[in-house]
Amino acid sequence: MKLLAELWSSSVESLVGLGAVVRFLLRLLVDTPRALLRPDLIAQQVYNSGALSLVIIMLSGLFVGMVLGLQGFQLLQRFGSEEALGTAATIGLVKELGPVVTALLFAGRAGTALASELGLMRATDQLSAMEMMAVDPITRVVVPRFLGGVIAMPLLAAIFSVIGIYGAQLIGVQIMGVDSGSFWSQMRASVGLSDINEGIVKSCIFGVMCSLIAVYEGYHATPTAEGVGRATTRTVVTSAVVVLFFDYLVTAAFL
Amino acid sequence: MNQSAAIVDIRNVNYAVNGRPIFAGLDMQVPRGRITAVMGPSGTGKTTLLRLITGQARADSGSIMVAGQELVNVRRADLYVLRRRMGMLFQNGALLTDLSVFENVAFPLREHTDLPERLIRDLVLTKLQAVGLRGAAELMPSELSGGMSRRVALARAIVMDPEILIYDEPFVGLDPISLGVILRLIRRLNDALGITSIVVSHDVQEISAVSDLVYLLSGGKVAAKGTPQQLQSYPSEIVRQFVGGLADGPVPFHFPAPDYFGELLARDGVS
Repeated sequence: MKLLAELWSSSVESLVGLGAVVRFLLRLLVDTPRALLRPDLIAQQVYNSGALSLVIIMLSGLFVGMVLGLQGFQLLQRFGSEEALGTAATIGLVKELGPVVTALLFAGRAGTALASELGLMRATDQLSAMEMMAVDPITRVVVPRFLGGVIAMPLLAAIFSVIGIYGAQLIGVQIMGVDSGSFWSQMRASVGLSDINEGIVKSCIFGVMCSLIAVYEGYHATPTAEGVGRATTRTVVTSAVVVLFFDYLVTAAFL
Repeated sequence: MNQSAAIVDIRNVNYAVNGRPIFAGLDMQVPRGRITAVMGPSGTGKTTLLRLITGQARADSGSIMVAGQELVNVRRADLYVLRRRMGMLFQNGALLTDLSVFENVAFPLREHTDLPERLIRDLVLTKLQAVGLRGAAELMPSELSGGMSRRVALARAIVMDPEILIYDEPFVGLDPISLGVILRLIRRLNDALGITSIVVSHDVQEISAVSDLVYLLSGGKVAAKGTPQQLQSYPSEIVRQFVGGLADGPVPFHFPAPDYFGELLARDGVS
């Protein structure tokens, strides 16, 4: 009985939390047109979330691609179909690993930066000071950061996939000796637009989710050192779970 | 004091947080063009009072008129219009850490006006000159000392030429020189720009030197009101304790607790 009551109250609590996040998202969307009048602020945030994450995204993409090349080669060799390596690696990267790994890295690199920045702005009264200067911090600070992340994420995922394919090619063709012509031609023949679309849809959804979670947690952080730390941790954990959950949903939807 | 002279008029205000009353029937009038100090022991709601006056918090009942605008049940848009006529100095300055000193002071101008760059530059440099930090215009907030940050924040607070300037604990943690500078600036800005200043503080000496009128808050009410000189000889226990800095009095030294010996003996297992 007690367990049931606890289960009930905790599910009510999470529903209330979810409602608060959705309301926050609606508020961001309402303020978006006004924020679009200041493209310089958004560009700055695309730089912060995107350009500054480039190195980690490119490095990870290269290594993930190389591992795919190695594993894929080992597996396909057993069936004597090494030429399919290009197809296998590309499908894996574009549909799955590109968006998902990029989103996880994005949450760790850009999401935590956003959450701790906003949390510290709250803790040091910068957000209250803006309100006192009759400047809405949602429009001026939160929405540009949210939009910056939303724009940066699909671009980063695309870069990740491209570098990953290059990494797979590096191992498969240059080292393991798969025929270069068949690697590329098989890939081109069997990777369709729908595969790429799936990747784009996923990375767009992940971009919205990760950015929303980061700005929500940061904006609502308890204004103490501990509170900002907790907000940062929650950003990464929640983003990871939400990304993997939506990954399954979108994959199922595209079948 | 007649009605029209009060720029902030607080009448019978009640305000509670989580069921705990902070103010009960608070009445307070801030005269236009003067420096009014709000003092009181820690935890009497001085900062909360500022939040009410600036519309960051809403009173449960009563009336708060600020420059002719009723703040209880005010619409957000009206509040933002009113706030353009107010400046506020936060305790730690609250400078935007990603902008330089110059850009911090220029921030309200860039957000609210379409002034040409040359004019913005002149306005910002004039305000920075007024607080003595024109030479620090290109520094970042992280490169400033505590006193300097507060002076930059002061320049930012006056850049829109407000009618009311609010200081939240402006003297906390300052060395004697910075403190002297801030004190002088409060007086000079008030007189030169003809603005109304509200200073929240618990530094009796400093506040007595600069203010025209003092409100002493205690227990959610106004415990005393008068000039700094009048307060020195005010016939009230709480005022005497506060102004004299006595450790015990109406505000007890001890936080409410069960009987001391009883608790010690209980821990030792003696009933």
